[in-house]
Amino acid sequence: MTVKPTSWIGASVERLEDKPLVTGRGRFAGDVSFPHQLHMRMVRSSYAHGRLKAIDVTEARAVPGVVAVWTADDIADLPPIDFREGPNEKLAPFRQSVLAKDVVRYAGEPVAAVFATDPYVAEDAAELVTMDVDELDAVIDASLPASEFAAGLTTEPTICRQGYGDIAAAFKGAAAIVEMDLSVGRHSGVPLETRGAIGRYDAARDVLELHGAAKVPHKNRESLARMFGRSTAGVHLYEGHVGGGFGVRGEIYPEDVLVLVAAMRLGRPVKWLEDRREHMIAANHSRQQRHCIRAAVDAEGRLIGIDDDFFHDQGAYIRTHGTRVADTACGILPGPYRLPHYRVNAHFRLTNKTPAATYRSPGRYETNFVRERLMDAIARKLGLSRIEVRRRNLISPDEMPYERPLVALGDEVVLDSGDYEGLLNKALERCQWDRLEREVAERRKAGEYVGLGLAMYVEKSGLGPTDGARVNVHTNGEVEVITGGASVGQGFETVIAQVCAETLGVDYKRVRVIHGRTDRIEYGIGAHATRATVMTANATAVAAGKVRVKALDMAAQLLQTDAGQLTIVNGSVMRTDGAGASIDLGDLAHHLRPVSPTRGERDPGLAAEGWFTTAHMTYPYGVQIALVRIDPSTGGVDIEKMLIAFDVGRSINPMLVRGQLVGGFVQGLGGALFEEFQYDERGQPLSVTFADYLMPTAHEVPEVDILVTEDAPSSCNPLGIKGAGEGGVAAVGAVIASAVDDALGGKGLITQIPITPQAVKAMIDGQRK
Amino acid sequence: MTERREITLTINGTAHKVTVEPRRTLADVIRDDCGQTGTHIGCEHGVCGACTVLVDNEPVRSCLMFAVQAEGRSIRTVEGLQQGEQLHPMQEAFMRHHALQCGFCTPGFLMLAVGALEKRPDLNDEELVDILSSNLCRCTGYENIIKAVRAAAADMKARA
Repeated sequence: MTVKPTSWIGASVERLEDKPLVTGRGRFAGDVSFPHQLHMRMVRSSYAHGRLKAIDVTEARAVPGVVAVWTADDIADLPPIDFREGPNEKLAPFRQSVLAKDVVRYAGEPVAAVFATDPYVAEDAAELVTMDVDELDAVIDASLPASEFAAGLTTEPTICRQGYGDIAAAFKGAAAIVEMDLSVGRHSGVPLETRGAIGRYDAARDVLELHGAAKVPHKNRESLARMFGRSTAGVHLYEGHVGGGFGVRGEIYPEDVLVLVAAMRLGRPVKWLEDRREHMIAANHSRQQRHCIRAAVDAEGRLIGIDDDFFHDQGAYIRTHGTRVADTACGILPGPYRLPHYRVNAHFRLTNKTPAATYRSPGRYETNFVRERLMDAIARKLGLSRIEVRRRNLISPDEMPYERPLVALGDEVVLDSGDYEGLLNKALERCQWDRLEREVAERRKAGEYVGLGLAMYVEKSGLGPTDGARVNVHTNGEVEVITGGASVGQGFETVIAQVCAETLGVDYKRVRVIHGRTDRIEYGIGAHATRATVMTANATAVAAGKVRVKALDMAAQLLQTDAGQLTIVNGSVMRTDGAGASIDLGDLAHHLRPVSPTRGERDPGLAAEGWFTTAHMTYPYGVQIALVRIDPSTGGVDIEKMLIAFDVGRSINPMLVRGQLVGGFVQGLGGALFEEFQYDERGQPLSVTFADYLMPTAHEVPEVDILVTEDAPSSCNPLGIKGAGEGGVAAVGAVIASAVDDALGGKGLITQIPITPQAVKAMIDGQRK
Repeated sequence: MTERREITLTINGTAHKVTVEPRRTLADVIRDDCGQTGTHIGCEHGVCGACTVLVDNEPVRSCLMFAVQAEGRSIRTVEGLQQGEQLHPMQEAFMRHHALQCGFCTPGFLMLAVGALEKRPDLNDEELVDILSSNLCRCTGYENIIKAVRAAAADMKARA
């Protein structure tokens, strides 16, 4: 009998994370408390722009229970919050100070911090802080000419430029030119758990601790250590459960810095929990861009060149990401199409709104909308079908790997693998596109406003360059994988356990995955840019492979069998033919203890470290198709059918991949139809509660058909993985716009998202006149 | 506002004697004074439903109720769903159907669904979606939550 090992990669197993979460035993930031802790409450500017002449904290300080009230003067020695990737001289003057000094630049900007023994008292006292502000004009529209930011500085800190070829010649030789003015609204991740930070200084160990960390604990440790002039050895970050990340959570914000400084200076742990209103005006916004874009095409609809000037509404300051979102937008805009000439200028503009940064699929949600609107317009101009114009421009599989002289996230763009037309064909067949088109035509004749939309896109994932993991088998057979990854709720522990289980030959439930702990592993890149599964899983496979070799070697001695005849099944080493004795991994770990006489010359421990390095990111790709119906009396959009076809190279856990795609789709739907941070002309935020920032509920969500393919495994990593975390959300704005536009007659009326019922109703009424 | 009152809250059958300001929300007292941190606070204005608990078997937003208003009433939270080692069918269904990702909204959804189905075991699909649309989830897109609640409804009936 031959022994067949269980296959964990590709299995839709239940998540290791779930049990504490369904039984109320999770540990989110709000659940972390330390004895004798203080509570911090922020005082925020109620003005969008103004000179801060004076702050009066006398009354607040007098409230019993208040220990301290700080303004900028109390922390004058602290530098502004720096960029994650290190200092940048050009952008440095636009960074946010921890507390506002002299000028306030958005409603919600931290101006003072109150520390008290009780959170209710802190909030009472915060309301007693008064400020004297001379209001200045607020900049609300990023596409107006730049104005003064400060003496000698304008509200356009930089223009991100990318491109190649000869754009003037491209337009000269064009058979047709299509020009559009397209806008994406301001929305963001808005996780259900607001931010939270607990600072603690342990004088006994001389360690400064930040609890409630997320996303990039190791990188933030470096930034914070630099900021405080401390050794990284004396700063540790601890990630517990994270109630949604989406790019927003886990960056360094003023509040994170304040709890740490206060913990050191006040000598007590300091806890801060954001309330929802604060979250809407203080945590990173995202997305808002206006693109003035032109395409030059030949007579057959083939792209010759794209020329894009866009205005990126960064909000009031440049935060930890620097210009990354705008840069990524430039690098990824061409998508799955051949593009001989390209020029893009991203006008990176400051306004008097909450600062912006990344939100799930940053730079792609926006540019997929823009590029796919453009492709629909080209089809219309040349009288081609929307499918045909795309087919003529798609990069073909035999052109892979496809190098583009562009940069995204600091990485040269090399599309590693993909059969874009193959996936298009599969998607069209899956949804029976031709039949849907006929049905739509018939229903339109009957007076209905129905439409079909299509969007194609290339995602990016697996940002490197290097990630490591340590696999350690304990003497009871339990396997610990210590990673520098992070979990934002996506199922990180489960997929890493599956990869370790598959490589090592154990049940995935026997694997414990450590993440988000700077005190357990020296390096880590965390969870962003859809990198965790690609990078950390591959590093885990390397480490687990080494442990396997060591286990077989030890077992070969003990079982007096050649290691080549042995395998590991369910945590036991046995002969591949099933004959003879077996030995458990826990027993082998026992034999490998430092004091064990059987260990021989081997290094102690059934453990190993593994590293994985990649030259480039890997690029999954997708097709989204939507069928929508508009209610002409309200302008409301109903999604009747939705298909997401997405190639992930190789799926570790199909159930979780599907979960990522569906969840991402619904977030994208919010940005396409409902969600928007709106401001009045004085820069007052109008979307500060869940009653006016509308996120999709179970009511708004259609059934989503998901087609996950594994046609193009990544050539960048041995497991062939491409990430799935951002594939669901990336093209939703694009596909919904395409479908609504089609329902309105396919005239190119939809030029901005979110598509509000008011706008749609006005378009229908306009057509009827 | 600093006048405090001594009250007894009965949470999952256990009496908690606490001294609180009348303005303290039930959610804060459940979490901070009674140590039951499974109930989460997502918006503090009664929209997201993460803080949903059962008060006298009715789903309520514990952020919109003062703790003093809950005195003498039976409060059930997510910590009380499990009977010994046996998970509630709703908890099992959420795990089986991948109805949670970050898990922050999950306790609210569990209590909402359990409360609704205990009262009306025969809720049809449309009514279920209607009830579930009163809470927000930012990760799952709701598809698997709806599937899990449907499955649990059947299990709850079978076990009843």
